Amino acid sequence: MKDMSSKRPKSKEANKKKTKDKSNADNLPKPEEAVASEPGHPEYIFPLVLTSVSQELFSCRADEDVTAENPHKLLKKQDIIQDLRHRAAVCDFSPVKQAVLDYPEDELLLVFDRDFTYGQSFYLVLTVQAKESILKPPAEGADEQMEDEEQQEEEEEMMMKTPEPQPWVSLGSEQEIQDQSLSESRPRLRYSVCPLGRRSGTRVRFSDRNALDWKEELVECSSYEDKSFSITRMERDSSTQTCRDNTHTCTQTLWKKPKNMWSQYEPREFSSEEKQHQLQSENLKNFITSVARRFEIYLQQNLIADVFCDDWTALCEDDASLMGKTETQLKEYQSFMDLHFSKEKTISHVQWHPSISGVIVVSMMERLSLEERIDSSTKLLLNPSHILFWSFSDPINPQLQLECPDDVLCFQFSPSDHNIIAGGCMNGQVVLWDISAHVDRLQDTRSGGKNILNKLGKSDATPVVRYCAVSGIENGHKAPITDIQWLPETFEVNKLGTPVENQSRTSVQLVTCAPDCCVLFWDLRAPRVMVHSLTDIKQKQEEKPLENPHGVPNTFTHLNLTWKPFIRVSLPKISSSGEYSPLKFSMRENTVDYNTGDKSVSGADSHVFAQLRMQSAKQQKPLQNISTKLYIATEDGELVYTDWKVEKDNDSGRMLSAKPLDVFLLQDTLLHTVSRSPFFRDIILTVGRFSFSIWREGLTCGPLLMSVYSKSMFSAGHWSRSRPAVLFMGREDGDVEVWDLLQNSRQPSHTQNISTAAISSIRTQTSSAKQNLLAVSDRLGTLHILQIPGSLRRSSSSERQNVEKYFEKEEERLQYFEKRQSDHQKKKKETEAEQQKKKTELVTPPKQEEEVDAETLKEYQQFLTLEKLILKDMNIQNETQQTCNTINTP
Amino acid sequence: MAEVEDTLKRIQAQHGVIGTIVVNGEGIPIRTTLDNSTSVQYAGLLHQLTMKARSAVRDIDPQNELTFLRIRSKKHEIMVAPDKEYLLIAIQNPSE
Repeated sequence: MKDMSSKRPKSKEANKKKTKDKSNADNLPKPEEAVASEPGHPEYIFPLVLTSVSQELFSCRADEDVTAENPHKLLKKQDIIQDLRHRAAVCDFSPVKQAVLDYPEDELLLVFDRDFTYGQSFYLVLTVQAKESILKPPAEGADEQMEDEEQQEEEEEMMMKTPEPQPWVSLGSEQEIQDQSLSESRPRLRYSVCPLGRRSGTRVRFSDRNALDWKEELVECSSYEDKSFSITRMERDSSTQTCRDNTHTCTQTLWKKPKNMWSQYEPREFSSEEKQHQLQSENLKNFITSVARRFEIYLQQNLIADVFCDDWTALCEDDASLMGKTETQLKEYQSFMDLHFSKEKTISHVQWHPSISGVIVVSMMERLSLEERIDSSTKLLLNPSHILFWSFSDPINPQLQLECPDDVLCFQFSPSDHNIIAGGCMNGQVVLWDISAHVDRLQDTRSGGKNILNKLGKSDATPVVRYCAVSGIENGHKAPITDIQWLPETFEVNKLGTPVENQSRTSVQLVTCAPDCCVLFWDLRAPRVMVHSLTDIKQKQEEKPLENPHGVPNTFTHLNLTWKPFIRVSLPKISSSGEYSPLKFSMRENTVDYNTGDKSVSGADSHVFAQLRMQSAKQQKPLQNISTKLYIATEDGELVYTDWKVEKDNDSGRMLSAKPLDVFLLQDTLLHTVSRSPFFRDIILTVGRFSFSIWREGLTCGPLLMSVYSKSMFSAGHWSRSRPAVLFMGREDGDVEVWDLLQNSRQPSHTQNISTAAISSIRTQTSSAKQNLLAVSDRLGTLHILQIPGSLRRSSSSERQNVEKYFEKEEERLQYFEKRQSDHQKKKKETEAEQQKKKTELVTPPKQEEEVDAETLKEYQQFLTLEKLILKDMNIQNETQQTCNTINTP
Repeated sequence: MAEVEDTLKRIQAQHGVIGTIVVNGEGIPIRTTLDNSTSVQYAGLLHQLTMKARSAVRDIDPQNELTFLRIRSKKHEIMVAPDKEYLLIAIQNPSE
């Protein structure tokens, strides 16, 4: 069937008709052709002669019932059959009897054939299809048009058209479905069952009954297998999955028989004889020899190329260093200057708060020379000096003030308890503060002022905290304390200076130094002597409530005014008499491994220092691996390397300290800074007025690096905490310099002017992980906070190695120089010795001249004979006879 | 016997090699340069891993077979040469 064209909208009936026509046309030759080709007629057309009797019978008289215009007549099949029965052979329909009987419908078509197209006056249409097609001829239906259409549609067949939905043509499949489906054959019956006479609404009483007891009253309908029942299962759900064969494997076990449970406590091993036996086997030898070659190749492969190098991270680091060149400026972040307290004062020491970020502590000092101090001493007593706590959130008012008995030159936070601060004063006293009561205030402000309401409620005045304890004036230093440091909580030092285990795990000891030529060790705990007297304790308890007029926390009342150091280390000079006067010192950072299990053996709250007691000598456990050596920078420009242990002098019974191990004379002016590198434990920076130098601990030949002497003087120096090769230097004219040792060790990589006065100290922030702030204080009393740019903050992974290599090279250089020096010395000695020897040697007689001549002549003759022989061999003697003769005559 | 010794010594003497172990077919170390507990541990674990790797290679292509196994970790590289009956294991730290 060809697709109907959408161009010609026709009714579906017409379409159907057309297809039928087509099919007829396709399947059967066209009527005209049929007529033309054969004298007969198509099979479905049967020409008939109808006698007038038949015509009357079927009411199809020619030219009356049926005419040319109306040639069709539908005859009932029954009538034809009846007629056949009546008239049998005479009936006109007898030749088509069978066809008529077979005809499916009730009515046959008889067509009056006026033109005798099929040879007779009537023809009977034998098939339903033909009947339909003849009865309903195509509208405007010329066969030619149909032909055209056919042709056109044949052409269009090539173009694909979307099939339009056709009405469903029944092909008999619904019969099967109807057979299968279940339909109700009769309406459903409804029954309502109710017992007779039961009144509705009565109370029903249920009770239990055991079914087994009352078998008679039970009717069971249990399931049984019906033999007559047979349904064959046509479909079944099943699935398959492939799986591996089961394999049994075992490692280092002796699995003799397959069991589901097996316990084995140790891996199976071979005894040494078995091992030997195995090693002898031939198979093993073959295996090893076959595999070894490959192994070696692969082992070498790993050495050729670094397999663990992560190219990605290495790439980004290089990029960073390229980009960072533009941002080397130290940007000013904030500056603090207090109007009340900083007038006429200078900052002596700056320290970042170790735990609270954004809090910086500054100690103020009068900017007066010694004479002026003496002159105005009375005035000074009335105006006590302070240590100020600044917070970034409030640049105008300091957060906290610590009152000091005298100008404090240096102070430090205790490493174990950040609320305890120890400071050293101008008059040689050591001062302790406890700020635990005010820590909340500091932390509050740091949180960004969230509690604004609270702030309004609080008094605006900065709280002043008085010091907890001071050392006794006669016990302490006789000169202003220039450096103070805490011993870490890992160890403590006993009376002889030996490091011992620290039971309480808090820092309890301090070390101070002053230009009065001694280094003192102080202990925060009460000495043991005081425990014994009960009356003392009682008195103390009674006195306690009275003794707190200033609201001072009584953490250190046991020390107040009676505190004295327990070790006094003096620094006798090596070569001459006298002592060194230290300005600053530096200890090696010692770490001790403790089991993490035994924390605070003392049990009780170790922060209550009054209850801590110094240990007796028996209880103390000495520790190894702690270096007790100090580097000391002196007023006279020397760097002294000494040990702090004291020995008991047997003669006088006093404690004596040993002579220093090493002294290096660097400059004539004072060395004002000694500090260790935070990355390398044995690298020390010393800064003097005119130059700075870097030393390695233990290396006695000289400094690894010494900077060139510069015109303007250095006043402060500090290692960078994030990059191993960077130093910050402060100068007298207010410049801050950034020195990068890997880039250029002769000049600073960056200089920036911060203030007009000299820089007194530089500190980097230790508490925050970002470490991008630098605190610079100057002599005018202003504290500047600067931001360190990224290039100075970020260190590459190889930087540390590079710096180490640099230091090692310098060390080698020094050692090489030393070696050369010693070699040179040796050589010098040797040459001198030789000269001495030469002078004393006898002169040997010279050889006789004649003898010498004879010898040379003999040699010459020998040469000539040799030459002759050679020339003879070469057969050129004849030719060169003349040349020989010429040679012979000199 | 001596050949075996020589070869093993040669492998051990390569730069960066931490230890070598010769293991038999059941995962028991025959000869090792490491201490006993470490070599037993290495032998057992690598024996299982080698079996797994071998079966994986075979499953993918039955005509293929495992010739060498290298495990590279952060700290070092473990190399295993399998055989029908034996295993040779070497641990190398190449960045030394």
